[in-house]
Amino acid sequence: MRHIIAILMENESGALSRVAGLFSARGYNIESLTVAPTDDPTLSRLTLVTSGSDEIVEQIVKQLNKLIDVVKLMDLTEYRHIEREMMMAKLRVGGDDREEVKRLTDIFRGRIIDVSPATYVIELTGDSSKLDAFIEALRPFEVLEVVRSGVMGIARGDVALKI
Amino acid sequence: MELTGAEIFVRCLQEEGVDLIFGYPGGAVLHIYDALYKQDKVAHILVRHEQGAIHAAEGYAKSTDKPGVALVTSGPGATNAITGIADAYMDSVPLVVFTGQVPTSLIGNDAFQEVDTVGITRPCVKHNFLVKDVKDLATTIKKAFYVATSGRPGPVVVDIPKDVTAHKCEFSYPKTIRMRSYNPTVKGHTGQIKKAIDLILEARQPVIYTGGGVILGRAAKSLTDFTRLLGYPITNTLMGLGGYPATDKQFIGMLGMHGTYEANMSMHHADLVIAIGARFDDRVTGNIEKFCPYAKIVHVDVDPASISKNVKVDVPIVGQVDSVLKAMIKEIKADPRKPDATALKAWWKQIDEWRAMDCLKFDRNSELIKPQFVIETLWKLTKGDAFVTSDVGQHQMWAAQFYKFDKPNRWINSGGLGTMGFGLPSAMGVQLAHPDATVACITGEASIQMCIQELSTCLQYHLPIKVVNLNNRYMGMVRQWQEFFYQGRYAMSYMDALPDFMALAQAYGHVGMRIEKPGDVEGAIKEALKLKDRLVFMDFITDQSENVYPMIPAGAGQNEMILV
Ligand SMILES: Cc1cc2nc3c(=O)[nH]c(=O)nc-3n(C[C@H](O)[C@H](O)[C@H](O)COP(=O)(O)OP(=O)(O)OC[C@H]3O[C@@H](n4cnc5c(N)ncnc54)[C@H](O)[C@@H]3O)c2cc1C
Ligand SMILES: Cc1ncc(C[n+]2csc(CCOP(=O)(O)OP(=O)(O)O)c2C)c(N)n1
Ligand SMILES: [Mg+2]
Repeated sequence: MRHIIAILMENESGALSRVAGLFSARGYNIESLTVAPTDDPTLSRLTLVTSGSDEIVEQIVKQLNKLIDVVKLMDLTEYRHIEREMMMAKLRVGGDDREEVKRLTDIFRGRIIDVSPATYVIELTGDSSKLDAFIEALRPFEVLEVVRSGVMGIARGDVALKI
Repeated sequence: MELTGAEIFVRCLQEEGVDLIFGYPGGAVLHIYDALYKQDKVAHILVRHEQGAIHAAEGYAKSTDKPGVALVTSGPGATNAITGIADAYMDSVPLVVFTGQVPTSLIGNDAFQEVDTVGITRPCVKHNFLVKDVKDLATTIKKAFYVATSGRPGPVVVDIPKDVTAHKCEFSYPKTIRMRSYNPTVKGHTGQIKKAIDLILEARQPVIYTGGGVILGRAAKSLTDFTRLLGYPITNTLMGLGGYPATDKQFIGMLGMHGTYEANMSMHHADLVIAIGARFDDRVTGNIEKFCPYAKIVHVDVDPASISKNVKVDVPIVGQVDSVLKAMIKEIKADPRKPDATALKAWWKQIDEWRAMDCLKFDRNSELIKPQFVIETLWKLTKGDAFVTSDVGQHQMWAAQFYKFDKPNRWINSGGLGTMGFGLPSAMGVQLAHPDATVACITGEASIQMCIQELSTCLQYHLPIKVVNLNNRYMGMVRQWQEFFYQGRYAMSYMDALPDFMALAQAYGHVGMRIEKPGDVEGAIKEALKLKDRLVFMDFITDQSENVYPMIPAGAGQNEMILV
């Protein structure tokens, strides 16, 4: 099953490589991993998407907790939570297609954030399946590049990952 | 007053109560060596290869209550230390390893003798640090000792760039340290302990299975009390030997691949397994599908990640073994229920039948020296009271089977990584920690050659180790597998062109002996033990064809042992 794990970690150099190294050394899956400092600059927050049987995910959580730099973590999948991912896509578009792409972007509630005579850059936020669907919808057009942030997650309501 | 980083380094060691470190100098650590030279509280043992420094520190740590400390230079110094660090990681040995690093301004430049030590060691340390500022040095060292020795112990690497050892700052050593990200559990959960007691007191065919955690957690006394109180059979892993007196009647021997028939059969037929400080290693479980099919399992371990890693357990208890055992003893004493005496009697009767198979028997009338006989004789002549280190191979298994350890921290070997070359340098660490004790290193002609250079260190520091070389002219453990599973195709397992070990020992300034007849074994060991202040290298020419029995072949269950 797919799990989203949110991790608070000491914001020290090498912290990220400890997490990445753990996953490769133990042969766990990483679907995506995002990281940035939090409002407290001594802490980084990571969101990690992985998948595996219950036993494997239990080991993943224990092994992550065992990393000395990990302060706290939470398997968001166990809570009601929100997932978001951001994407930017660059398309080569001209003529009538420009109008068509603009309409598609509106339908997906994206924004065109850069325009040149021959290209658009479109920004879109949502859960991963929405981004996947948008990429599908863009297939007829010439997509030059796509960049995705990876998933970020947060629990709904009172539940919070903080120290 | 301001001190240089190198001076701070030395002061930190003094504050930690470190009296001995093992190391090897080089460019990146010269400031530190200079600071060491100018003081006399921290002694430095100069090894002949950095791998030796780490194993020596392991021997020191495993035989005392203190962490082992080593110091090596950057680049090749650090890479030579890796095998030892990985070894300590697998066996949870508390070590603090200091590595020199190129100056901060050159890091990342492929500078002379630069390697990414933090990167290379990351997967085989409990934690590591790169100190970029002299102001962080003292706190980092404090953290390193704390992390290495608390919770589940392990090696910690502190990488120190050369300029940091030259820069100055005010020195103060923190008295205590708190890390918000690291709080190992000590006491077991009361509710879980109660659940465990219910199972323990209701069991009809229980086995206590204990491991290295009892040795590392200094819990042998509590374990002995616990086991005697219940009257249950107890088995130890390779790493747990000495946790319970091996000559006691409740001890049913080591379990696992080369464990006793009675230990493995008891595990297989048990209705309750009480696992304490052991990690269900594959050498113990055999085929996991067939492991303990009838048993409920209680597991006490300080590391939550050890629990239900390989085998799903029924009652996990996270905590320090000693604390949990004491709590359990108290509960059991206060509990009106008692173990079912009739069931227990029947269980012991069954176990005694398995015992009667005498699975460790060997030919006592052979013309050739049987390796088992050498170890049994060593055990008798040292009254079971020596510190014994070992290398890796058949000799290691025979040492575990035939030297009966009644005390903890006397059996020092490499279990998890199985590092050939461990025996001699670890014996140095043990001998330095216990100058008056008898320290024997049981080894094989292949293993000893992996760190033989340390014979020179032994001479320099007058370490009167008794080296017992079980010389079968084979990588015996490899040969055994080739005999059993590769139809006797002995690919590369024959040790050709062996040195004359007696002469080699003498060339290093030690006493060398060669023993070729069973009748000479006892005399030789007696003579060696009499030479209290000399290292004696005993080269026993043993039966080449001897195999380690019993054995659980790969893929088999614990009840499917090959007996002799
Ligand atoms: C050639 C060869 C053959 C081998 N054959 C066998 C064999 O037949 N039988 C066998 O048993 N082994 C054998 N081994 C060794 C095997 O590979 C493992 O190293 C060993 O079984 C692990 O022992 P352990 O379970 O006691 O764990 P250890 O590696 O000693 O781990 C200790 C456990 O205790 C926990 N712990 C540590 N400190 C504490 C504390 N204070 N409180 C609570 N818990 C703590 C740790 O978290 C860990 O889970 C062999 C090795 C070699 C090289
Ligand atoms: C560094 C290292 N390389 C290879 C091995 C694989 N190995 C395990 S036992 C063994 C043979 C050991 O031979 P010896 O020291 O003569 O002991 P014996 O088995 O003959 O008693 C080998 C090669 C190992 N454990 N460690
Ligand atoms: Mg050999």
